[in-house]
Amino acid sequence: MSAPDVEAGAASAVSADRHRRRPVTGSLLVGGLIVAVVIGMALLSFVWTPHDPTLVDPSVRLQEPSPDYWFGTDKFGRDVFSQILMGSRTTLFVGFVAVGVAALIGVPLGIVAGMAPRWFGELLMRGNDLLLAFPALLLAIMFAAVYGAGTLVAMVAIGIASIPHFARLIRGGTLQVMRTEYVIAARAAGRGPFAIAVRHVLPNVSSLVIVQASVGFAISVLAEAALSFLGFGTPPPTPSWGRMLQESQELLSIAPRLAVFPGVAIAVAVLGFNLLGDGLRDRFDPKLEDRR
Amino acid sequence: MTPAPETGPAAAAHDDVLAVRNLDVTVGGRKLVEDVGFTIRAGERVGLIGESGSGKSLTALSVLGLLPEGLRASGSVRLAGVGHDLVGADEARMSRVRGKEIAMVFQEPMTALNPTMRVGRQIAEVLLIHRTRPDRASARAAAVELLAQVGLPDPEAAARAYPHQFSGGQRQRVVLAIALANDPALLVCDEPTTALDVTVQARVLDLIVRGVQDRRSALLFITHDLAVVATACERVMVMYGGRLVESGPVHEVFTHPRHRYTQGLIGASDLTVVDGRGRLATIRGSVPPAGRFPAGCVFRNRCDHATDVCATRPKWIPTGPDSGYACFHPVPGSGAHGTGAPTNQEAGRG
Amino acid sequence: MIVRLVQRIAILLAGLAVSSVLVFAFMAVLPGDPARVALGTSASDSAVARLRQEFGLDRPLVTQYLSWVHGLVTFDPGNSYVSHAPIGPQLADRLQVTLWLVGTGMVIACVLALPMGTLMAVRHRKPSGLLLSALSQVGVAVPAFLAGILLITVFAVGLGWLPANGWTPPVQDPVLFLKQLVMPALSLGIVQAAVVTRYVRSAVLDVLREDYLRTARAKGLRPTRALLRHGLRNAAVPVVTVLALQLATLLVGSVVIERVFVIPGLGSLLLDSVANRDLIVVQDVVMIIAMAVLLVNFLVDMVYLLIDPRLRGGAS
Repeated sequence: MSAPDVEAGAASAVSADRHRRRPVTGSLLVGGLIVAVVIGMALLSFVWTPHDPTLVDPSVRLQEPSPDYWFGTDKFGRDVFSQILMGSRTTLFVGFVAVGVAALIGVPLGIVAGMAPRWFGELLMRGNDLLLAFPALLLAIMFAAVYGAGTLVAMVAIGIASIPHFARLIRGGTLQVMRTEYVIAARAAGRGPFAIAVRHVLPNVSSLVIVQASVGFAISVLAEAALSFLGFGTPPPTPSWGRMLQESQELLSIAPRLAVFPGVAIAVAVLGFNLLGDGLRDRFDPKLEDRR
Repeated sequence: MTPAPETGPAAAAHDDVLAVRNLDVTVGGRKLVEDVGFTIRAGERVGLIGESGSGKSLTALSVLGLLPEGLRASGSVRLAGVGHDLVGADEARMSRVRGKEIAMVFQEPMTALNPTMRVGRQIAEVLLIHRTRPDRASARAAAVELLAQVGLPDPEAAARAYPHQFSGGQRQRVVLAIALANDPALLVCDEPTTALDVTVQARVLDLIVRGVQDRRSALLFITHDLAVVATACERVMVMYGGRLVESGPVHEVFTHPRHRYTQGLIGASDLTVVDGRGRLATIRGSVPPAGRFPAGCVFRNRCDHATDVCATRPKWIPTGPDSGYACFHPVPGSGAHGTGAPTNQEAGRG
Repeated sequence: MIVRLVQRIAILLAGLAVSSVLVFAFMAVLPGDPARVALGTSASDSAVARLRQEFGLDRPLVTQYLSWVHGLVTFDPGNSYVSHAPIGPQLADRLQVTLWLVGTGMVIACVLALPMGTLMAVRHRKPSGLLLSALSQVGVAVPAFLAGILLITVFAVGLGWLPANGWTPPVQDPVLFLKQLVMPALSLGIVQAAVVTRYVRSAVLDVLREDYLRTARAKGLRPTRALLRHGLRNAAVPVVTVLALQLATLLVGSVVIERVFVIPGLGSLLLDSVANRDLIVVQDVVMIIAMAVLLVNFLVDMVYLLIDPRLRGGAS
């Protein structure tokens, strides 16, 4: 059998195996549903919100939930439901850019570390692990100290802090792919490292990237909320769930619902992305499937 | 349909150590082991052979009540001196039997021992669990003695070592020491030499046989290697597709197999028999996945002699007190097709 | 074993060196002139020049870096650019507060997570295990500061059992100290517990499938005792790894929790310094947190050696 034959045969066997009747699990379904709702809320906020979420109206301060104000109003008379809708946009935007930054740097880093000579790969991973000593929030505060607080700073900081997770996972996947027969055959056939990375490694680790992207989204939602809570995130008046929580704290004794609504929004969104990640992992990774 | 002498349900003869009746193992709706029955006498060494997927390991695990999660056994497994059926017994009762009345040696010595516990303690533990030694010190001394018995050089030092400091063969000796520690009435070995180097296999096999002989323990030896059975066992049972298909004294079965599957198995292991084109004999096709065997005779889709009648379940035809077969088209009794005992016995010579 | 020890110490020192250079480059070099930052854009050039001279900011960068590191190593990090007060005593005070918080949070997390995760693994197919699993999934999704706010709402505002915020040193009033510690430590601990529980579950599940656990049962140990005697020590390695990784999260989580509960810890100092544009203090706090994480990673490597005899051989 010639090398290309082996290559094609083994590759198709792997992908066939990967999609072998794996049921849609509960986590995948629930997670996907929640994420879809959050995305739907963000899209909806572009065309419709019940009220202007930034409109300050002292005449309707601290209204209880009513048919007019579904979740009530805050201390400035702004509609809480509209702010939650708009806040989902901030959350998704920050998550999207942060995960994008992390994947764009982390995935190539992981592939290089997996394909490079062992000592170099180890060295890259050591440096990578060093980044773990600077969690997203710490990095964002450092950035804010130097450049001032803002959405861009928050997104980049969260993104950089998420690089090590991507790189480590993708390196593991790459090492596995490099040991497969079709890659060995491709190398024997004289394919260059770049061609192998693009043709074999990347497609095979793509499921890992998707899973980590989902989990990374959850992490970035949490980090963004914490940053906004501390005042290092999206500046007012753009609504953000984290800042809504922070503003609610002084009113806990009279209007605890102001903490509950954004709090539930954050927790549900994080839960959704985590469940989606778990569900995707169950579906993609045959090793974990045995976890019955 | 019980391929053992019919001596009445569950009423084992007085020198029987183990009596298995109507054993089924199921997962979901699928039967992985079906209607298996046999007895083992005190001190008897019995081989259980078959290809992977034939259900031989599951049969052994059901005897110990250690089936993987999700698998269920039904039927009856009685052990001499134990007042209850081992099938369906609760953990409290089973834990008193395991390691004391029945012990087991598993296939993979590299992973069978706890990597974070010293070997001596792992052996002493089985003595302390069943209180066969009064205290730690005497259990420890006994552990060193057992390590000497299984032929580890410098047993004192071995007792203080961790499993990763031993080779595969040495670890299997440790596992054997644990299994033999309480002089069990029955030792079950599941492919104990398969994972070992060929040169080491023979010595471990010899230790097993000597170990059970010294203790007058019975042995149930599971393997796919006919040569190993020929050296270690007196009687052999052949499993295929979750059923017993043939049973009898080793010499008889290997020289005059009756079941067509046994015949194929022996033919396939005989490296002197070649067909017209000089190829080694094999059994046509491959073993179906568990639970996907044909109805009737489970072997009929791979059998050259199968006819329409094989779609019904073949009856067990006894040929002696401990022998018989289940086949509609047995090899004629003359032994004309018998190919002699397997010749690749290097593993069996000690 | 000695080889491994030396190797780990080398890795620790290299990590400290690289991260200190990074922090210094980022905090002291990138902003341009820390003196200008501290005094604001309206300050006169002469005032800036005076400050630069006072703090040695006119020296070469390498000298500045070395004197900063020297200050950290000798526990004398110099004075604040803004308040001119010595930073050392302040750091020590604040660190003590944060350590109480993080330490208690970690203990709570372990006390909750270890038995719960094990239980979830043992019962992973039963309804109770699935319920616990779902609960932990929800717990992971709740940020610590949200847990804090909810605790305040219920136990301080609603029931009035505990003070809503504040901090008292234990020597001054042990009872009040404990009362004020409970909610912030719980906020950190519960959320951490949810994360750690999931790792414990997965580690114990892995161990449950190991051959040596089957051997242990074949010896006559009941499943629970087999797991306790042979399983937990083997499951400890991945769990200890996660606990160490979570320490970074916990330290950073305490920054937010200190803000929620108005606690004068390292996190509050960090946030105040950012607000005051006191870059040298920010730099010191960031470095202390990074140092703590690296040091714990080193200690964890040492713990591995205690847990797993296979690693003591030296090779690999």
